[in-house]
Amino acid sequence: MSKEVITGSEALMRSLHNEGVKTIFGYPGGAIMPVFDALYGYTRGEKKMFDHILVRHEQAAAHAAEGYARVSGDVGVCLVTSGPGATNTLTGVADAMMDSTPIVVIAGQVGVGALGTDAFQEVDLVGVAQPITKWAYQIRRPEDVAWAVSRAFYIARSGRPGPVVLDFPKNAQNHTCEWNPIKVDNVRSYNPYPKIDSCAIEEAAKLINGAKKPFALVGQGVELGCAQNELVEFLEKADIPAGRTLLGLSALPSDHPLNIGMLGMHGSYAANMKTQECDVLIAIGMRFSDRVTGLPSTYGQQAKIIHLDIDASEINKNIKADVAVLGNCKQTIPAITSLLNENNHREWHDSFKKYDDMEIEKVIEPDIHPTEGPLLMGEVTNVVAEVTKGEAVLVNDVGQNQMISSRYFKFKNKRSIVTSGGFGTMGFGLPAAIGASFGAPERTICCFCGDGGLQMSIQEFGTIMEQQAPVKIILLNNNFLGNVRQWQDLMFNGRYSFTHMMNPHYQEISKAYNIPYDLVVDRNDLRSKVEKMISTKGPYFLECAIKENEDIVPMTLPGKSVDGMLLELDY
Amino acid sequence: MEKKLYTLLVYSENIAGILNQITAVFTRRQVNIESLNVSASSILNVHKYTITAWSDEEQINKITKAIEKKIDVVKADYYTDEQLFIHEVALFKISTPVLLDNPEVSRTIRRHDARMMEVNHTYSTVLLAGLTEDIADLFNKLNNFKCILQYTRCGRIAVTRSFDEPISDFLHEQDSKDND
Repeated sequence: MSKEVITGSEALMRSLHNEGVKTIFGYPGGAIMPVFDALYGYTRGEKKMFDHILVRHEQAAAHAAEGYARVSGDVGVCLVTSGPGATNTLTGVADAMMDSTPIVVIAGQVGVGALGTDAFQEVDLVGVAQPITKWAYQIRRPEDVAWAVSRAFYIARSGRPGPVVLDFPKNAQNHTCEWNPIKVDNVRSYNPYPKIDSCAIEEAAKLINGAKKPFALVGQGVELGCAQNELVEFLEKADIPAGRTLLGLSALPSDHPLNIGMLGMHGSYAANMKTQECDVLIAIGMRFSDRVTGLPSTYGQQAKIIHLDIDASEINKNIKADVAVLGNCKQTIPAITSLLNENNHREWHDSFKKYDDMEIEKVIEPDIHPTEGPLLMGEVTNVVAEVTKGEAVLVNDVGQNQMISSRYFKFKNKRSIVTSGGFGTMGFGLPAAIGASFGAPERTICCFCGDGGLQMSIQEFGTIMEQQAPVKIILLNNNFLGNVRQWQDLMFNGRYSFTHMMNPHYQEISKAYNIPYDLVVDRNDLRSKVEKMISTKGPYFLECAIKENEDIVPMTLPGKSVDGMLLELDY
Repeated sequence: MEKKLYTLLVYSENIAGILNQITAVFTRRQVNIESLNVSASSILNVHKYTITAWSDEEQINKITKAIEKKIDVVKADYYTDEQLFIHEVALFKISTPVLLDNPEVSRTIRRHDARMMEVNHTYSTVLLAGLTEDIADLFNKLNNFKCILQYTRCGRIAVTRSFDEPISDFLHEQDSKDND
């Protein structure tokens, strides 16, 4: 039987379909035109396989792919042209690398014959992408398409997920090859799932069984390993209080009795203070980011540290572990659980209350139930959380809006937080929310932005308008780059060097993009306006005029120990 | 922590761009590579990199893990000198008139077990394969005779004291996964 002969572009379409791709975020250009031409036929009519979402900037394509991947658990895909189109995606690629998000970026490239000639819109994409990708590869021949795409998806989604970049020269798009579907499920040099060491499991269980004051740190690895249920079983059996990292917020329901809040610089007071009091610290799928540890030399010194991670390079990278348990936590957590004694740490757990009460009195109540003055970020978040009943997906941008919305939002379901944690990419929120709305179309997507971050990707209002993406945009507008302004107050004597910002007329912008808009100034209107936003079908833009110089507390100052966390700032 | 000269043995697939990925790991941490040798290994399609760098153990451990994390790197390990058989090769181009005028030059070459590769009226080439310090010693002695015209040495090559290549077990495991 003669094999079918097709172009490299056609082979790409079929290969993407073989990988289960349904949604592509992209932006066409000269060097990717043959692919877009092939894509055209697959987005309509009988041959329809894909939805292509035309973004307004390639960086947004990468962030949208991230948002899609985070909520769906599938690989996010973006398709862009060569040169600037490709380099525009790199911020998203770096972001995905830091936050272990599986995306595949496919970029056009000048033909192989022109490589290295500084041809129009040529860039050494593999060269620039390599340090910030899990894998970067140039597909130079159409017959390599099926293999390269399958390998890319396998690498992106397996083990510790991450971004892959495929550079696709034009000749390989246009030339023909015999089509053969390929499924890569093994790479000789790559071991995504380390063999579980039973001795490490036993050692970890022994330490936990002997602990009087155990404390778990829950990271995104639990979500990535789909080990949420295993985590709950583990925590409940041994009665271990748990703090969650920013990216791990929805790995454990907010209302679970063992959840004691968020870790990190602006996390919960008790979680930070108790890190320095526990006797066994169990880190699960988290990487001891500096935002979590504060000054590393002081972090958890009194405790035996158990570190569960799938990535061997994370062990002892930032914090030395007494016991390292390598492997997918979907397997390692239950393996440890099976060796644990039923336990009760009531006294230890109760001791958190003192710190919780202090935080409630000094921070949380004033934040979420203020009685006078301008609107506060905390009360806006709290009302949105109450109205959505913990069922919504929280997407946020970077800065004060991110910290506050992460602190006060409520999570019932897994895969409910989409945030730029490691890379802290301003402009992430809006496109990531668009991506999330395609990755979880049945869920409410609440996107919290600051006025700085929103304007870094405000062109995506165009995408929202065109797609009618049901994104609920909550703009916390304080006319400042709030986080930097806060640091300027703390460390630079209040010299607001270019952090005050003149804002555009957002109502006019919303009108131009035909997105329903409302403004909240008075707190008495807040709940009704939030309810209206949530009950309105499709996109919605709610601008909240909030206090200009609000500080985010609690706060661990940079370079300080986590138990030096402050409940109020004095400057 | 004490700094030592560590030797990394890295095994990778034989494809373009791996060296760049490996050296980038050193660059990111501003660790200087002292020597680097790349060649085919005894295993088909697997290349071997022998890299030396001054570092403390904590840092070299992190570097090694970061290298091993690269998708097309099969395995990476670090060693101290006593864990390896080490060799280097050096080529000396020396002045033939000085060599003929001063018999101590040829005695020195013989004492170091170096080989004369070529001799003509103007220059002679000498090859020495040995340990780093042997090569350094010969260089210093010949340099004192003021006869060196050109000098080059290769990066360190090394084999471990284990029975076979450090990646053999890993590859067997991977192969058995394929057959599952």
